[in-house]
Amino acid sequence: MVAPVRLPPRRADVAAASATSASTAVPRPRRRPSEFEGIDYATMAGCAVSALALSWVVFTRLTEGVGWFGFVLVVYLCFLALYGLVSADRLGRLLAVDRLATVAITSGAVLLAAPLVWLVGYVVLKGLPSLSTDFFREDQGGITPSMPADAGGGSHAIVGSLQQVALSLSLSLPLALATAVFLNETRSRLRRPVRIFVDAMSGLPSIVAGLFIFAVLILPYAEDSDVFGNNGLMASLALGMIMVPTITRTVEVVLRLVPDGLREASLALGASRARTVWSVVLPTARSGITTAVVLGIARAVGETAPLLFTSVGASLFNSNPFNGPQESLPLFVFRNIRNTPLPTQIDRGFTGALVLMLIVLTLFAITRMVGGERKGGRRR
Amino acid sequence: MSIPTEQATEQAVDLTAGPMRSIDDPLAGRPPIRLVGGPPPGAATLTARGACAWFGDHLVLENVDLHMPANQVTALIGPSGCGKSTFLRLLNRMHELVPGAQLAGEVLLDGQDIYRAGIRAQEVRLRIGMVFQKPNPFPAMSIRDNVLAGLKLARIRCSNKQELVEQALLRAGLWREVRDRLGDAGGALSGGQQQRLCIARALAVQPNVLLMDEPCSALDPTSTRRIEDTIAELRQHITVVIVTHNMQQAQRASDHCAFFLATENQPGQVVEHDTTETIFSDPADERTLAYVEGRFG
Repeated sequence: MVAPVRLPPRRADVAAASATSASTAVPRPRRRPSEFEGIDYATMAGCAVSALALSWVVFTRLTEGVGWFGFVLVVYLCFLALYGLVSADRLGRLLAVDRLATVAITSGAVLLAAPLVWLVGYVVLKGLPSLSTDFFREDQGGITPSMPADAGGGSHAIVGSLQQVALSLSLSLPLALATAVFLNETRSRLRRPVRIFVDAMSGLPSIVAGLFIFAVLILPYAEDSDVFGNNGLMASLALGMIMVPTITRTVEVVLRLVPDGLREASLALGASRARTVWSVVLPTARSGITTAVVLGIARAVGETAPLLFTSVGASLFNSNPFNGPQESLPLFVFRNIRNTPLPTQIDRGFTGALVLMLIVLTLFAITRMVGGERKGGRRR
Repeated sequence: MSIPTEQATEQAVDLTAGPMRSIDDPLAGRPPIRLVGGPPPGAATLTARGACAWFGDHLVLENVDLHMPANQVTALIGPSGCGKSTFLRLLNRMHELVPGAQLAGEVLLDGQDIYRAGIRAQEVRLRIGMVFQKPNPFPAMSIRDNVLAGLKLARIRCSNKQELVEQALLRAGLWREVRDRLGDAGGALSGGQQQRLCIARALAVQPNVLLMDEPCSALDPTSTRRIEDTIAELRQHITVVIVTHNMQQAQRASDHCAFFLATENQPGQVVEHDTTETIFSDPADERTLAYVEGRFG
């Protein structure tokens, strides 16, 4: 992507600006049109209280009342109406509409953010009590479902998750980059069928990916070689099938945003087409490609279904992804919460879910740091 | 064609050039720079013979014969859509990059056709540099890396990159403004500075010819003036071909002028070409006179 032209503020400019304002003898009242001020918040609070009081009178004193949801809805609508009226009276119709729209959009955003906060908060609340450093050190060897939730740990699942994501990323990223470059930088007639194929693959149910690996690699070859048995590598292949279309589509969109002028400039300097892609197009799209990798990781790290037939899961530590069943965090959560109604098991599962979220966060941060936008080659 | 890998020392200081402003060479007394794998030294002549260009089935340029002498500035003038830019892109094989583009005729670089079999477009473009209408520095590279981009992209080796960066920026008239921030992003410069950075980038590979496609159309008068100074200085070393819509610019900056014109639904053609003085004072064709006097176009 093209970096927008960002001029760093120059010291001199800032100094000059403050010098001018300092030399202005008369302090002038400043304002920013359509900004919320103290009085606006006071008005909003007043309207909210009035709306609450009005609804309370109507629903508890005068009528039989409605459920809590209806009550909240009516309070909110009353608040909007009152706030609109008061604002129109105070500021005029034009500004009142502006204020009303701002309030409606802000409350919509809060409404959308609420489930997310709830979801994350719930997992943290359920998982945090049983989370200790033991979780990162021990596996589930000798743990029975009725033992307390902080007994044993999930180190085997963490190692499995990290290995499988790393393996699938290293398999699928080169493939996805090559496909995206093919789709965007060549003039081949095959581009259209390939694009349709990639689109179709991005709609592939993830369990089908697992089933495919199971049927094509594990069933026929598992007896001959451990590499084709139930292990982390097979899980990585299934995850890779899910990652490739996601990364390809994102990278393709990002490459399309690289201005043609840059390609022409490169070719006019005597570069070959391949060299242009490698030295100009891909570096320019660097931060977008990072986003694609983040999306790919996000897609793969939480998948459970493709692992059911491939890595199967285990309760013991196995750090060799090429031999033997391997646990991963989604499987850990899945089996703990599904298998029993025991609260200890369920809490153990929530601890796994919390750790999974932490790992996703860490992976995103690392990806951003590695692939983030570097301003103009400060590498040297 | 094999590119000789000699030293670019004797950068033709052959001042056969016309009566233009005398510009002090900012590089006087500087050590020459040795490029390994770059173009041969000196300026080159360009000659188009019977050049035609099509986009799909649409003929946009017909039968252009034009001689662009070495160490001179040739300006291509004419109204929009008359094929000037297309002709310019024919000269360094950029035309063929457009899907559906076709061409006929030949373009001789020092007497050898750049379209003959067995010559790679990359070698042609290395010897014939180009500056585009819209400044296009590489946003992912620093100012320094932008100047050196041509070396990296065309795999040219240079023993003294620091000096090369300085000389290219000096020649493009940008050195004094950026010498303290060579590590900053190229995109952070102003429009005029970006265009001069693009000129420096094109000059760093030491081409024989520089093509400029309306290099000043997006710039303010001060930047335009600086670029014109740069062009005047450049012509001591290389051949320059410039497309411009600005009559004063053509008059100020060029030695030769070619007037292109496309009548309705007809392909563009060269109406007249001569020295700049003749074109602007005593053109042979009345359409040329009308155009340079601003009566149409």
